Amino acid sequence: MLFDLLVPLILAGAALWGCHRRVDVYGALAAGAGDGLKILLSIAPALIGLMTAVYMLRASGALDLAAQLLAPLLTRLGIPPEVVGLMLIRPVSGSGALGVGAELIAAYGPDSVIGRTAAVMLGSTETTFYTIAVYFGGLGITKTRYAVPAALCADMAGFLAAAWAVRVCFG
Amino acid sequence: MAMTIIWTAMVLMSVLCGLWNGTGPAVAAAAMEGARAAVELCISMAGVLCLWTGVMEVLRRSGVLAGLTRLLRPVLSCLYPDFAKDQEVMDALSANVSANLLGLGNAATPLGIRAAQGMAKRSPGVASDALCMLIVCNTASIQLIPATVAGVRSAAGCDSPFDILPAVWLASALSVTVGILAAKIFSRLSSFAQRKQKRKDVASAALR
Repeated sequence: MLFDLLVPLILAGAALWGCHRRVDVYGALAAGAGDGLKILLSIAPALIGLMTAVYMLRASGALDLAAQLLAPLLTRLGIPPEVVGLMLIRPVSGSGALGVGAELIAAYGPDSVIGRTAAVMLGSTETTFYTIAVYFGGLGITKTRYAVPAALCADMAGFLAAAWAVRVCFG
Repeated sequence: MAMTIIWTAMVLMSVLCGLWNGTGPAVAAAAMEGARAAVELCISMAGVLCLWTGVMEVLRRSGVLAGLTRLLRPVLSCLYPDFAKDQEVMDALSANVSANLLGLGNAATPLGIRAAQGMAKRSPGVASDALCMLIVCNTASIQLIPATVAGVRSAAGCDSPFDILPAVWLASALSVTVGILAAKIFSRLSSFAQRKQKRKDVASAALR
């Protein structure tokens, strides 16, 4: 109930607070929405390439095969095996993960356990290797010490926690 | 380059699997369908995504981002004790975290890099404990409103795309906590190994 009203409440709250602070609320909203379009335009080309590949993988049966192979391990961890592709691509490519996740959500339904797990995984993890490359590459850091294993620990915890949280919240 | 390998492998694998399983025609149809689905997804999630980037811009201009930054400073000085007194690094750090919280990824990265530059000055070429912590905190998602995911869900016909929020917060909090703990543990282990190595060096020098 609360979460049904969350969106209108945030909209009203942001507008009121903006007026209180004498901000051109409507102008800011339009400018921000324009930024959103720019973000969308920048991920669209990658999404076209990647979703083509993901749909091909799904149709060929390769994704089902991978899910079947890893099913014993993943079910024991409480993770639906169907999301294995998402877990593999998540640390490497943000738009790739979005493509795989969107395909899962469309194929199994946004309110299915698989669809929700995919959504929560997307929302609670980041593109680890890309981020590391941006930071360490830009700074010329070659001795990365424990940064990669620690970041991967967080990813793994995120995947496990996502599956668990979906079970807890939607049980 | 990495993406070239991944994309080529994905396509190659689906062609091989398609030939092996006899699903060739389905793969051919799926290639066309995937490209179309990508554009459809972009269009149908554009509304939700742009609405949120708009609301976030309103919040940013009305000082919510700055307020969040002030709130975060004490917490962050605990997490980065080596730089607690470095005004410039702490400013960039807290701005980076608050931009991440609000999902302003494009604003967060330059701020994080500025903080990282300040940290790297003290240890050129080597990832210090503080730098590793910064990486862990930026590779774990702490976004409060995952607008893109909500957009994807509403594009798939979901009536309440934000009903996953509690689950996302729970999972994010756990993932960040594990990341921070892992970084702390690894840092202990590495300083322990360093001390052991030093003692060994001293001992072998004494023997000689």
